Amino acid sequence: MTKFLSRVSGMAAALALLFMLAAVSPSIAQQPTPVNPTASSVKEQQLLQELNRVEGRISIPDTKEGVLIQPAGRGWRFFHEVVLRWIGAIALIGMLALLAIFYLVRGAVKIAGGRSGRTILRFDVLERAVHWMTAVSFIILALSGLNITFGKPLILPLVGPEAFTSLSIAFKYAHNYLSFPFTLGVIFMLFLWLKDNIPNELDVKWLKQGGGIVGDKHPPARRFNAGQKGVFWIVVLGGSIMAISGYILMFPFYGTNIAGMQWAQIFHGVVAVLFIAAIFAHIYIGTLGMEGAFEAMGSGEVDVNWAKEHHKLWVEEMGGKSTLTPKSRMTPAE
Amino acid sequence: MARMKFLCDADRCIECNACVTACKNEHEVPWGINRRRVVTINDGKPGERSVSMACMHCTDAPCQAVCPVNCFYTTADGVVLHSKDLCIGCGYCFYACPFGAPQYPRVGNFGSRGKMDKCTYCAGGPEADGTAAEYEKYGANRLAAGKLPLCAEMCSTKSLLAGDGEIIAQIYKERVMKRGYGSGAWGWQTAYRETIAV
Repeated sequence: MTKFLSRVSGMAAALALLFMLAAVSPSIAQQPTPVNPTASSVKEQQLLQELNRVEGRISIPDTKEGVLIQPAGRGWRFFHEVVLRWIGAIALIGMLALLAIFYLVRGAVKIAGGRSGRTILRFDVLERAVHWMTAVSFIILALSGLNITFGKPLILPLVGPEAFTSLSIAFKYAHNYLSFPFTLGVIFMLFLWLKDNIPNELDVKWLKQGGGIVGDKHPPARRFNAGQKGVFWIVVLGGSIMAISGYILMFPFYGTNIAGMQWAQIFHGVVAVLFIAAIFAHIYIGTLGMEGAFEAMGSGEVDVNWAKEHHKLWVEEMGGKSTLTPKSRMTPAE
Repeated sequence: MARMKFLCDADRCIECNACVTACKNEHEVPWGINRRRVVTINDGKPGERSVSMACMHCTDAPCQAVCPVNCFYTTADGVVLHSKDLCIGCGYCFYACPFGAPQYPRVGNFGSRGKMDKCTYCAGGPEADGTAAEYEKYGANRLAAGKLPLCAEMCSTKSLLAGDGEIIAQIYKERVMKRGYGSGAWGWQTAYRETIAV
């Protein structure tokens, strides 16, 4: 009984205290607590302004999921959907147009002295094999890559979604796997042709005279003239950028994050379309644009007169150690 | 027509991860794939906040814009869905997504990505509603059955809200008015280009 009484009196005292408090400050009892927990809390807008992303801790094993918001994807989207398409269209169509105009105005570069009927070995079997391995890989890589950027507006409406997906999946695998022979080819090219591609004073002269392409004079050149050296360095440097950025994209999150992959894709895309445009010019001058040029990578043997006109110093250097093959030995007399 | 959205009231989220588990269970999501996750910002410091995040089903969704094969579509309810039959697993939606929503099963050599998987707002995919084919690829289609996403439905503190954007914004506003504070609708500015003004 006394226990009960003391409990009741205790409760009464507590109640009385509450009423007193309520009387002193009625606002506290009626309104929410004046402590604002968000005053000290993290704020999305502030975090986004500071870092352009919101990141925290996550309890699942996939720690990269700790990035909560990263609006940078919107910038990358603009690049991929708008900027890259413009750069690509201008570079590729522009280059094709330039080459077409050049062909119509200048025409093919002929062998001024006509064919001699005698040939000289310009690229041996290894060099040609490396060239064509790289070239075939490059063409398929280029087509499958362009499909990712231009396929949606150009091919998808023609073939329909299912067929376009089948094509794109095949292209994706081709793109991934052919990157290896391509990269290997670029490395081989570097070792095969580096010694002949160091820029020197002859290249300055060659460039000043427009390489004999614009005018009719053929400035002297050793094994490779300045234009060919340019192609070599475009392939080696462009190919390296393509390979590095490509492998970053192929191996997601190995030493990079989303922002890194966005940048890798930007480099990959821009360098790719410029690279393809440059290779258009290379293909043009190696086939349509110059008489006697294709044989260098075809049979490997070029006409001696062609060689003398374009690579005078090289022919002189080779004169001693190379056997000049009479063409008549391989093809019957006309 | 309703415009379906997610809203995570970070002042209520207790980082119990039940939404993550419910999602995995409801859709039989494979190991290693998380359609929903809970991120704690400023963990252990005063003012830490936890936010449950999945695909926000953005207005003018970046994933949809960058997809090279156009495998995404937005439903009349504003839910962003995709076709796994058309997806080629290129990863571009993942580069574009502000919320890290797209997930890829590893199916081959290197980092080779399989068909992308992401939150469907419990609305399945392009297959007929409620079919086995739909369930196998995308998980349950609760929306077609008149139910909201399970993660939000079972949230114990009702921190995670799903439903028509205007209605959940109204609920959030009323909460903020009543308790006198709110750290905002996380991700809304990025996903919907609007915030909830209180």
